[in-house]
Amino acid sequence: MWDYTEKVIDHFRNPRNVGAIKDPDGVGEVGSLACGDALKLMFKLDDQQRIADVKFQTFGCASAIAASSALTEIIKGMTLGEAEKVTNKDIAEYLGGLPEQKMHCSVMGREALEAAIRNYRTGESATTELEGRVVCTCFGVTEDEIERIVRDNNLSTVEEVTNYCKAGGGCGGCHGEIAEIISRVRGEPVQVEQPRPAPKRITNIERIKLIEETLEREIRPRLRQDGGDIELVDVEGNRVLVSFRKACAQCPAAKFTMKDVVEAPLRQFVSPDIVVEEVKP
Amino acid sequence: MRNVYLDNNATTMVAPEVRDAMTPFFEELWGNPSSIHTFGGQVGKYVEEARERVAALIGADPSEIIFTSCGSESDNMAVRGAVEAAGGYPHIITTRVEHPAVLAICRYLESRGCRLTELGVDSKGQLDLDQLKDSLRADTAIVSIMWANNETGVLFPIDQIAQIVKGAGCILHTDAVQVVGKLPVNVRETPVDMLSLAGHKLHTPKGVGALYVRKGTKLNPLIHGGHQEGGKRAGTENVPYIVGLGRACDLAAVNMKEEMIRVKTMRDRLEDGILATCSDVRVNGDREHRLPNTSNVGFEYIEGEAILLMLDEVGIAASSGSACTSGSLEPSHVMRAMGVPFTAAHGSIRFSLSRYNTDEDIDHTLKHLPQIVKRLRELSPFVQQVGARRE
Repeated sequence: MWDYTEKVIDHFRNPRNVGAIKDPDGVGEVGSLACGDALKLMFKLDDQQRIADVKFQTFGCASAIAASSALTEIIKGMTLGEAEKVTNKDIAEYLGGLPEQKMHCSVMGREALEAAIRNYRTGESATTELEGRVVCTCFGVTEDEIERIVRDNNLSTVEEVTNYCKAGGGCGGCHGEIAEIISRVRGEPVQVEQPRPAPKRITNIERIKLIEETLEREIRPRLRQDGGDIELVDVEGNRVLVSFRKACAQCPAAKFTMKDVVEAPLRQFVSPDIVVEEVKP
Repeated sequence: MRNVYLDNNATTMVAPEVRDAMTPFFEELWGNPSSIHTFGGQVGKYVEEARERVAALIGADPSEIIFTSCGSESDNMAVRGAVEAAGGYPHIITTRVEHPAVLAICRYLESRGCRLTELGVDSKGQLDLDQLKDSLRADTAIVSIMWANNETGVLFPIDQIAQIVKGAGCILHTDAVQVVGKLPVNVRETPVDMLSLAGHKLHTPKGVGALYVRKGTKLNPLIHGGHQEGGKRAGTENVPYIVGLGRACDLAAVNMKEEMIRVKTMRDRLEDGILATCSDVRVNGDREHRLPNTSNVGFEYIEGEAILLMLDEVGIAASSGSACTSGSLEPSHVMRAMGVPFTAAHGSIRFSLSRYNTDEDIDHTLKHLPQIVKRLRELSPFVQQVGARRE
């Protein structure tokens, strides 16, 4: 049972400013059905360039609905200059706080607002394209976004980052990278795990055996969790040819999977110069 | 406000008869059954009586029943006990839709060096039995496959599974926590080697379970330190709760047939009512092979936690496989294993009934649920897109 404040419950039960605006000046859309929450925000400006009307539609849990509703109340009457200074913390504070694991709902509000302002100013599409390097492939969170959330909210652990923007909340493969980003933003020394040294001077047969073992021990269990699988097709020097099976074969995120889930462990446990290539069956 | 409890796969109301049977063991009969004096020793016979009652409900011999603290303990004991009795780092087979009590101990043992096969399921939540056959190996120490799924109610064909596993000479454990008390169970006809059950799913308080262990099954104990339960599970017996479990098994045996028809009728009316009044709804799981009390319904384009909280406002208690309710970010592992589309998994609601539900409960739910779904869909950005596509 979540410990929601009365204000969260109030905004969930009686959300303010629900709906759509005809001919809006700015529209921002973030999230997706797959991610479990999504927000569409639109506003209209008056002749003094203030937000005269703002409406939202949200798919999500009680706190996602409440955070969207709170956001619209906060920014109504603001100039865009004022509105773009609104942070996710402002949204959470307006609601008297959100449970830690639900902080990502407040971040979603801020992201939608930014997307809507950008849409108004530049005419860029209302949906945010992922820009920069994607760290969390499960939820599509970029390095820039994680850096910003760590800075804005003074976060210090991977778990906190997951609570605030979902990064690291899926397969967990990016936890090490998130920890590095936190350390970098906070100016602390990075503690990188030493990779296990690969055995030296192995025969090709030993090498193939080691690759098979690593596939079975490190890689397949993770793919199978999502209904996928992988087969080793061939090994040519440092090139490892594999073929995805089942769910992985149709997965749009497969190229990320290839790098993070398949190549990285093979480089760690077999040889650092391995390059994995997908062969279509 | 009306209190409509439709979350009986989570836990059940304590039956008044069970509570009454337990009371003397808090008031007068609080001795230790292992004591040599009469005051304590006299309690022992009630524990044995309870053991007989539990055994009778599932067709076992009383000596094959070990009392535990909960279903999770029974599951852990079965899997770990069999692996340790086999020695070394043997192979384990389970399914991807097991309760975490089984899945987590299997994965833990895998992290300690055992080999693990997790069988997948199809879109109805059913296993491929040929895949089970192919997965069995000479060093497979245990196969642990649930009888009924807690989220969807889907029943696995445990008789066929037992034939396959026993045919290969392997040990079969089944987590029957959701089945015992709801459907007839007879371990003489269904030759599983071990079977877990939990009291609070059949109207005892939380804190008591049992593991059936077929005579001759090699099993190491989980808890060491005493002679209780034939040396298989140390710890002074939780006498009042064990007695309560015995009484609950009695009640289940007497009432099961008639009640399951009544409960199933209510469940079907609820489900048919939802399908008739709400659009973009799907039933998750195999409708032909299901517990009679469970319905798992996916409401597309809306999110489970929001539905649950609105149901809660009108006094209806249910649960969800949505990510948000569990605190994790991904929807339930069962929904994912079945390949339920995210659109429906996030909005999946489980209704689970018991003999204490009434027709009025169903009326109340069918009165409020369609309005709640409509209200949340008015908030959802996806519904208009869907509508627009259709026009």
